[in-house]
Amino acid sequence: MSDPIHPRGAKPRHLTPGRIGLYAFLVFAAAFFLLPFYVMVVTSFKTMPEIQQGNIFSLPSKLTLAPWVTAWAKACTGVNCEGIRVGVLNSFKIMIPSTFLSILLGAINGYALSFWRPRGGNLIFAVLLMGAFIPYQVYLYPLVRMLSMVSLYNTLPGIIVVHVIFGMPVMTLLFRNYYAAVPVDLFKAARIDGGGFWTIFTRVMLPMSGPILVVAAILQVTGIWNDFLFGLIFAGRDHLPMTVELNNIVNTTTGTKAYNVNMAATILTAMVPLIVYFVSGRWFVRGIAAGAVKG
Amino acid sequence: MKPLRLRRLSAQAALIPTWVIVIFAYLGTILWTIRISFTSSGILPKYDFVGFEQYERLFRSARWIISVQNLAIFGVMFIVGCLVLGFLMAVFLDQRIKGEGIFRTIFLYPYAMSFIVTGLVWAWILNPTLGIQHAMHNWGWTSFSFDWLARGDRAIYMVGFAGIWQSAGLVMAILLAGLRGIDEDIWKAARVDGIPTWRVYISIVIPMMSGMFVTAIVLLAIAVVKVYDIVVAMTGGGPGISTEVPAKFVIDYLFNRQNIALATAAASVMFVAVLVVLGPWLYRQYFRKERRAA
Repeated sequence: MSDPIHPRGAKPRHLTPGRIGLYAFLVFAAAFFLLPFYVMVVTSFKTMPEIQQGNIFSLPSKLTLAPWVTAWAKACTGVNCEGIRVGVLNSFKIMIPSTFLSILLGAINGYALSFWRPRGGNLIFAVLLMGAFIPYQVYLYPLVRMLSMVSLYNTLPGIIVVHVIFGMPVMTLLFRNYYAAVPVDLFKAARIDGGGFWTIFTRVMLPMSGPILVVAAILQVTGIWNDFLFGLIFAGRDHLPMTVELNNIVNTTTGTKAYNVNMAATILTAMVPLIVYFVSGRWFVRGIAAGAVKG
Repeated sequence: MKPLRLRRLSAQAALIPTWVIVIFAYLGTILWTIRISFTSSGILPKYDFVGFEQYERLFRSARWIISVQNLAIFGVMFIVGCLVLGFLMAVFLDQRIKGEGIFRTIFLYPYAMSFIVTGLVWAWILNPTLGIQHAMHNWGWTSFSFDWLARGDRAIYMVGFAGIWQSAGLVMAILLAGLRGIDEDIWKAARVDGIPTWRVYISIVIPMMSGMFVTAIVLLAIAVVKVYDIVVAMTGGGPGISTEVPAKFVIDYLFNRQNIALATAAASVMFVAVLVVLGPWLYRQYFRKERRAA
């Protein structure tokens, strides 16, 4: 289907005007998508005087690592000058348990809803669907009150609970769709062999859930790492994730703006999801398709 | 073998955490939010009843009106922009080109990053004093002027532009999968009939991929309603209140301006609006299909 207008022509027509236009568009588009990353990188290696005199697209005339050091260990958010490293640690502390727990809960839900037809299953499903689509603003204030009633507001466990709550819809749909494709006969056979709810889950379902576990992990790791809103509201001052720290550093109103430090901190924040993206490759795309929660 | 009822019991038990979340964190919070929106609460909730007073105040508030207008501008620009750019990239990538994997990776990487990162990068590139404008002056084009991010009437378009940069790759990935699923025979048939390629795309391929388009539009629409981070990072709602959006309105009034009744009224409006638009689609997508299968 490469070039349906001329089906009988020579096989690869390298240089027809159409092909040139095709590649020109792709290269132009690629440049557009890469440009901001390029600007980030070159800015982060420049000195402030050079930034003020030169232009954002030029390569640094003298490479300096100072902005990176400052961004990591000395950049200020208000009166705190400990750099973004605190946020990195917090983000990991939030992301690891949240990812694990939300996937576990989603897998159990998906399994129970697919095979056990529990009472109220449809209600759970309807609420979760709604939860996946409705703006978070509706839940925020009562959730703050509920969490403070149980002394979880502004704590590390509190922000983890919030991520588990709001990760549940997509995770459940993901596993429900995956288990829906598993033959019911397999489940029936396991039950005839005397398998109970948990035995079938741990011995039959989980071992065959490899691909969907990878997809779920990619979705949750990037999603939770990139979260800003929940971290801002629920994490509390001692556990602010990296995204919130980054925004505080960049949009701090005190002192002169150090654009090179800001860009170094921005790259550092983008690093984890970018590594996940480049390592996971096609799996990331599968995650998108799955995250699209098709019925 | 244990009797069936007992088995079901353990399934029910396993769903207890889920039920707690569904009842408290989802249904309970929504009802609570709606309840507060009918009170005169300020910093702390007061459980009186003032009818639709907060809603009237909301729609008299210039800030809310601007937020809704911005959401519409951003939404149309973002969805149309992502669809057009994403579709073009998908079609061009589907022409057996060299280095497809590299192009695909480049087009999609912004989507892996946070909206905060996207907002900060574009705020820096579009910085009126040191960004593109400065670079152009530096290259000798001294009359070049591009300060949209600092102009109240233009800044929201720049936010939309940055949003497109972030999410066009998502549409590309979804539509490319759709294009790959189209039967080779359709292309052969079109070739035999001598139908021009563009015509095949418009009259046959796009209608065949309507499901993919709907998926993409729904995903983008969810992002539109939730839009918050990118505005905070890029403009902070400014200049003035010119790039405020509803999600930010709610957060600001909840946590900074201490008017929770007005904030919850705004949140309730968002909730109802999304429910009205998405409800029928969700029902058709999931529950009707369910019945057909059963």
